[in-house]
Amino acid sequence: MNIVVCIKQVPDSDKVTIDRETNRLNRAGVPSIINPFDENALEMALQLKDKHGGKVTVVSMGPPQAEEALRTALSLGADEAILVSDRKFGGADTWATSYTLTLALKKIKEPIDLILFGKQAIDGDTAQVGPGVAHFYGVPMITYAKECEVTENGFRVKQVTDRGYNLWEIEKPAALTVVKEANELRMPNLRKKLAAKKAEIPCWGFDDLNPDEEKIGLSGSPTKVNKVFAPPIKLNKEILSGEPADMVKELIFKLREKKVL
Amino acid sequence: MSTKKEIWVYAEQENGKLAGTVFELLSEGRKLAEKSGFTLCALLASADGKPMHQELFNYGAKKIYNVEDPKLVTYQNDYFAKVVDQLLKSEEPEIVLYGASTIGRSIAPTVAVMGWAGLTADCTELDFDTERNILLQTRPAFGGNIMATIICPDHRPQMATVRSNVFKKEKVGEAETGEVVDITVDLSDVPERMKRIESVEEEINMVDLKAAEYIVSGGRGIGGPENFDKIEKLASTLGGAVGASRATVDAGWISHHHQVGQTGKTVCPLIYVACGISGAIQHLAGMQSADLIIAINKDPDAPIFDVADFGLVGDLHEVVPEFTKQIEALKA
Ligand SMILES: Cc1cc2nc3c(=O)[nH]c(=O)nc-3n(C[C@H](O)[C@H](O)[C@H](O)COP(=O)(O)OP(=O)(O)OC[C@H]3O[C@@H](n4cnc5c(N)ncnc54)[C@H](O)[C@@H]3O)c2cc1C
Ligand SMILES: Nc1ncnc2c1ncn2[C@@H]1O[C@H](COP(=O)(O)O)[C@@H](O)[C@H]1O
Repeated sequence: MNIVVCIKQVPDSDKVTIDRETNRLNRAGVPSIINPFDENALEMALQLKDKHGGKVTVVSMGPPQAEEALRTALSLGADEAILVSDRKFGGADTWATSYTLTLALKKIKEPIDLILFGKQAIDGDTAQVGPGVAHFYGVPMITYAKECEVTENGFRVKQVTDRGYNLWEIEKPAALTVVKEANELRMPNLRKKLAAKKAEIPCWGFDDLNPDEEKIGLSGSPTKVNKVFAPPIKLNKEILSGEPADMVKELIFKLREKKVL
Repeated sequence: MSTKKEIWVYAEQENGKLAGTVFELLSEGRKLAEKSGFTLCALLASADGKPMHQELFNYGAKKIYNVEDPKLVTYQNDYFAKVVDQLLKSEEPEIVLYGASTIGRSIAPTVAVMGWAGLTADCTELDFDTERNILLQTRPAFGGNIMATIICPDHRPQMATVRSNVFKKEKVGEAETGEVVDITVDLSDVPERMKRIESVEEEINMVDLKAAEYIVSGGRGIGGPENFDKIEKLASTLGGAVGASRATVDAGWISHHHQVGQTGKTVCPLIYVACGISGAIQHLAGMQSADLIIAINKDPDAPIFDVADFGLVGDLHEVVPEFTKQIEALKA
């Protein structure tokens, strides 16, 4: 079985701060990580491979340093990695990213049985690229997958919903976006780690994918960022301290004054 | 661009029951309609739409695009995406809003790429720029560290998914009327590539965090699973539900159904009481729009105090039971 996992390198949102004067993200020195949900997607792929054999390919679109994320994936057990990178792809929103990634998937020679994505990327939180690629590539798609079993013609998938779950039968090739609860991550393997360091990672750019120039990068993106700003801070807050009984008394007095209690 | 001056709300339904966010979207859509002068419409794809029409009118829809087909009972991405895509292309609305639910987050990105529409995910604020005729879509990014306003200047429709429990629902009246436009979409050529074999609601008997007016949440600061007792007591005295930070869920102290935050639930109660929660940005992402936030933490520098209306600096093991006691006294 051939599985492709799309992984994105993101800044660790735990460590990003915002400069309240310039309204810019302080990204300097912030480590890059594999998008956490994509790690679960990769783990799902590796578990399917452990059970049924086959090959796991990881694909990432981003600047040249996204190669690091791909090497990490190799050290976890992915068999092959492809970097999709070109200055012309820069500034892409989810529409243009979906389009470009799809061209890369179409260039992969072996027929793909399953394409996995994280539920969402933690930098943009959009959760759109999975469904976008699935449509462009022409396969059925299920979001928020928690479990995936191989069946005769495809997969049986458990999808987390707002109130419980759905169980689906989906034919292959198929695409899934994977939630955190899907699995526990494995540790990198030392021998694979060494091999990953030396692995050749092909980089596919504009000339390799031959895209419609109108549909890539910043100009191919229907959405534009108009403005960024720091989240507002509450101004008239009241901080109480002292004896618990007194604090609570004052709190309740104030809540009643506001008529919320 | 010769689009129709209409704002559409995607009326998400399953088994003839509209999702709660539909009413929040209509309420917010009404404000946008007033500001832009556009008509507020609902797109309803279902097996039998009529029983749902009155409710849609009551929340402000002036027009319902009604598509019926037996295949549209429960959600199946291929069918619903074809319906929405076809209508967007034939009717050309200016703006389309979807709930950021499991369903909304499947259908919206699919139809966005079927056309060439912009889609902004998980908005928490919407506004209309009357000068440029564009929708201003504001949303948190980078785990809530930053807010971004996104626009879609050159492509139509302008589409957004909207977080649930961020906008308040407001009914217009009980017997509002409007126009119904019936449209037929041929689904016979859509291949059946996936089939739903089971659908289970696990949370039926659980406190519904999303609907709760009062939420008391516990974080790692409570010290151990047994101390959720104190949290539960305060919650039940207030008549509310129990929430939790991810740290407590990860530690196995409470089930993930209670988790509030970026990877948990977004909630919007009247009062949110955070006990022993530091206020990591990912937690704030899920509760910041509560009407009133009370934080109890022994560290005066905890970031949770930045978003609190009232902060109580102290040991929660004393403060929380005291809070419960005084409210009980009040009710007696
Ligand atoms: C991608 C991603 C997604 C995430 N999603 C979520 C999410 O959805 N929801 C979420 O909550 N987190 C989420 N997190 C985790 C988040 O970053 C924090 O780690 C988590 O919220 C911390 O939980 P906490 O506040 O309970 O614990 P801590 O940060 O350990 O805080 C405990 C607090 O309790 C206080 N305290 C200790 N003892 C007492 C006492 N006796 N009395 C009073 N106060 C006391 C301490 O001063 C401290 O402030 C996410 C993280 C990542 C990377
Ligand atoms: N640049 C990218 N390269 C590879 N995969 C991506 C990229 N952007 C998004 N993805 C995949 O799409 C998922 C959803 O991303 P998003 O729509 O940005 O929230 C991620 O979890 C990844 O699996």
